[in-house]
Amino acid sequence: MAGGEQRWTDEQIEVLVGTLLRSGVVLSAGVVLLGGAIYLLHYAGAAPDYRVFKGEPSDLRSVPGIVTGLFSLHGRSVIQFGLLLLIATPIARVAFSAVAFFLQRDHTYVWVTLIVLTILLWSLIGSGSAL
Amino acid sequence: MNCCEFNFLVGFAATVAGFLGSLTGLGGGIVVTPVLTLLFGVDMRYAIGATLVSVIATSSGAAAAYVREGISNIRVGMFLEIATTTGAILGATLATMIPTSALAVVFGLVLLYSAYVSSRPQPSAPGGDDGDPLARRLRMNSSYPTAQGPRSYVVHRVKTGFGLMFGAGALSGLLGIGSGALKVIAMDQAMGLPFKVSTTTSNFMIGVTAAASAGVYLNRGYIDPPLAMPVMLGVLVGSLVGARLLPRLRTRILRLVFGLVVVVLAVEMLYHGFTGRM
Repeated sequence: MAGGEQRWTDEQIEVLVGTLLRSGVVLSAGVVLLGGAIYLLHYAGAAPDYRVFKGEPSDLRSVPGIVTGLFSLHGRSVIQFGLLLLIATPIARVAFSAVAFFLQRDHTYVWVTLIVLTILLWSLIGSGSAL
Repeated sequence: MNCCEFNFLVGFAATVAGFLGSLTGLGGGIVVTPVLTLLFGVDMRYAIGATLVSVIATSSGAAAAYVREGISNIRVGMFLEIATTTGAILGATLATMIPTSALAVVFGLVLLYSAYVSSRPQPSAPGGDDGDPLARRLRMNSSYPTAQGPRSYVVHRVKTGFGLMFGAGALSGLLGIGSGALKVIAMDQAMGLPFKVSTTTSNFMIGVTAAASAGVYLNRGYIDPPLAMPVMLGVLVGSLVGARLLPRLRTRILRLVFGLVVVVLAVEMLYHGFTGRM
C-alpha cells in the first residue's frame, strides 16, 4: 500500500485469507489438544454420561464465561476456549472480507459483508439472552 | 468404559469418518452424529454440537487450500451467506424446540438424499446466455482458471439460489451438518455455476454457515468440551490425510462402500426416530 494509492489485488487478498484460515485452525486445534491433555490427566475416571442431555454450565456457554474460565486452566475451559477460537475463524474471515471490499471500493459488498458479520456476531454473543 | 477409553474410541471413529468423508466428498460430519448416537449412545443434542464444531474445522482447513487457486466466487458466496446464516440461526433455534426423535427422522432423510446425490454423475451447468440481470448488477459474473486459461461464466437465477440457500442453512442449523450437497445443488443447478466453482464456494460457505449455528448451540449448552475435543481433532486429522491421499487413490469402490454405510446409518436413524428411541 505504498502511498495509499495502490489497491489490493484479489490475489494478495486470497493469500492473506488462506493464511488467516490456516492459522485459525492450527491455533484452535493446538489449544483444544492442550485442554484435552489437561482434562484427561485430571479426570481419568468414569466416562461422562452423554445419554441424558443436561446442557453445559453457564461458564461454558457464553463468550465472557469461557474467556474468564480460561484463567482457571481447567481442561474443559481450555478446550472450550479452543473451540471458541475455531468458531471465530470464519467470522474473522468475513470481517477481513469487509475490509478487503472496502479497500477495493466495492461498497455494495461492504454492506453485504457487514450484514453477514452482524448476523454471525449476534448469533455468538446475543442469541443466548434473546432467544 | 472409563473416560480415556471413551475419548480415544470417539476420536478414532471421528478420524475414520473424516478420512472417508474427504475421500468421497460427502464430508465427515454427516456420519459422525449418527455414529455418536447409534454406537456410543450419546444424546443427539450433544452429538450435533460436537459435529458442528468439526464441520467448521474441515471447512476452514480445506478453504485455506482452495482460496489460493482463485476458483471460488467470493461475491456469490458472501451474498448467499445472508440466506444461509439467517436460515442456520432459524434451524438451530428450531432444533432446541423439537423432540430428538423428530430430528432423527429428518436426519435419516437427509442422509438418504446425500447418498443419492453423491452416487449420481455430476450434472453439467447450463450456459450460453447472458444470465440473470440481478447477477450482473451484483457483479457476480466472473471467471476461473483452467488449464486452457481463464474461463468466464455468468450466474443465473439469483433469487432461486438465495431461497434454496435459506433452506440449506436451516437444515445445517437444525442437524449440525455442513449440508454441502444441498449448497452445491443450489449453485450448480439453479444458478448455473461451473461445478468446480460451486464446490469450492460451497466449502467457503459451509464454515460461515456452521459458525452461525455454532453460536446458538454454544449459548444453549450443546457444545460439550470433552466430547467435542476428540470429534474435532479426529475429523480434522482424518480429512487432512484424506485430502492428501485423494489424488493417488481410486475412489470409485470407496464411494460405493461409504454410500452404503450412509444408507445403513440413515435407515437406523429413521428406525430409532420412528420408534421414539432417540
